[in-house]
Amino acid sequence: MKSAHAPARAAKHSDFFVELDGVTLDYGRGERRIKALGLTNLRIEQGDFVALVGPSGCGKSTILKLVTGLLTASSGYVYVAGREVGARAVRVGMAFQNPTMLPWLTVRDNIMLPLKIVPPFREQFRQKRKTEFRDRAEALLTEVGLANFGDKHPWQLSGGMLQRASLCRALIHEPQLLMLDEPFGALDQFTREELWAIMQDLWMKMRPTVLLVTHDLKEAGYLANRICVMRARPGEIIDDAAVPFARPRTIEMSYTPGFVSMTQRLRELIVAARPAKEAA
Amino acid sequence: MDAQIRRRLASALFIVGFFVLWEVLCRGFGVSDIVLPKPSQIIVTLVERMPALWPHALQTLYTTLVGFAFGIVIGVLLGVLIGSSRLAYDVAYPLLIGFATIPKVAVVPIFVLWFGAGTVPAVLTAMIMSIFPIVVNVATGLATTEPELEDVMRALHASKFDILWNVGLPRTMPYFFASLKVAVTLAFVGTVISETVASNRGIGDVMMIASSNFDVPLVFAGLLILAFLGVALYAVFSFLEARITGWAHRKNDLAMG
Repeated sequence: MKSAHAPARAAKHSDFFVELDGVTLDYGRGERRIKALGLTNLRIEQGDFVALVGPSGCGKSTILKLVTGLLTASSGYVYVAGREVGARAVRVGMAFQNPTMLPWLTVRDNIMLPLKIVPPFREQFRQKRKTEFRDRAEALLTEVGLANFGDKHPWQLSGGMLQRASLCRALIHEPQLLMLDEPFGALDQFTREELWAIMQDLWMKMRPTVLLVTHDLKEAGYLANRICVMRARPGEIIDDAAVPFARPRTIEMSYTPGFVSMTQRLRELIVAARPAKEAA
Repeated sequence: MDAQIRRRLASALFIVGFFVLWEVLCRGFGVSDIVLPKPSQIIVTLVERMPALWPHALQTLYTTLVGFAFGIVIGVLLGVLIGSSRLAYDVAYPLLIGFATIPKVAVVPIFVLWFGAGTVPAVLTAMIMSIFPIVVNVATGLATTEPELEDVMRALHASKFDILWNVGLPRTMPYFFASLKVAVTLAFVGTVISETVASNRGIGDVMMIASSNFDVPLVFAGLLILAFLGVALYAVFSFLEARITGWAHRKNDLAMG
């Protein structure tokens, strides 16, 4: 399903918190030009939780980078908080598959990094780093189950612990927009399910607008309000469906017939949209 | 722990053994003092001449450290510039390599021409010797910063300076300190080269005069002082490296499952 988009737009603004309006993105030039993202329209309400699923190379991460302003669209408009991306200072949090902690800082200092950079916290960082900000970091660490690990260094933590810390870093500055690029992708099944529950709790408490990129359909179904299915070459959104289950969701719920048939439908869509196998 | 003590003991024994073998060979074959003096003789010379040698040793150390300090400042500035800008990298790197490959002995006469014989050319030689490894390492450290780390920072709307200060420079510290160990020994080489060519003070000068007087034990005494100073400087920066950038050398015994 493609959302119809209004062509005549007098002033450049959007009524949605995030909107991609006729966006395309090409990499490279001339003959070697690659269409990373075909014509894409996407609208996200404030406080929504949207998952992007699809085969690898379908431009899921590209959409995240467009919305955070790390990439600039080749054509079309990207709006965040009603204005073109970058025009308005929106607090953004990001977490990747690789936790990317700074090895020379303790876990707590790593988590407090956004407070050191982002206004309005930046100005108060010197005064509050040992008091209010420190308490806030500790509170978040407790929430993700890392209560006594603030003074450790990243190399002393396991992969799952680092990913929890990475979530804390993405959330500490109370972002309006949270970008999750396969943050649970490298974890084992049990850690992953535990982190889904934590993520859901945090989202219900703080209500940032979330864009989650994932390969895991169960993860998308558990966490998201809406699931957008993408196909590759060129990357396009081919399906956009609401997830009807009530919150808080549980792992048990993912074994109910309704949930299973939903993930089955998504899976079929992705398989059907997979590009024909290239001649081997 | 036991293994560590054994390793230290082995390396100490090796050093002592080296000098013992030297002594034995000199005595056994009756080698002339003018060709190769015995270690015992060198030490005697060193002790006897110490009052005269001491100011020269200090002079060499002083020259090296001043040149090295300038080298660090200029090296870090150049390294940051080259490492954080693609353009500066492309433009400056070939020239830098050109300068680095010039044998530094060849530059000393030019410095002497400009500044006269003495301390200044020695300081400058020490400086240009030590700049190159620092520039290359700082630039490499900055240029290899993980793009994902930068993405995290850029998504927070961090300025270029924020990224440099919070991510780039701390990440570069291990590279920087590794280069200091190399650079300080090179600075030392630079000082001695310049002192031998054109100076009236310093260990390099002492050795030059001693060798023209065929005072070979004194030449070797100078060499011993140089070796001692060099090892001491290396040890100091090695210690600083371990203290400041310990995080880069992960202690696996602390890691958790």
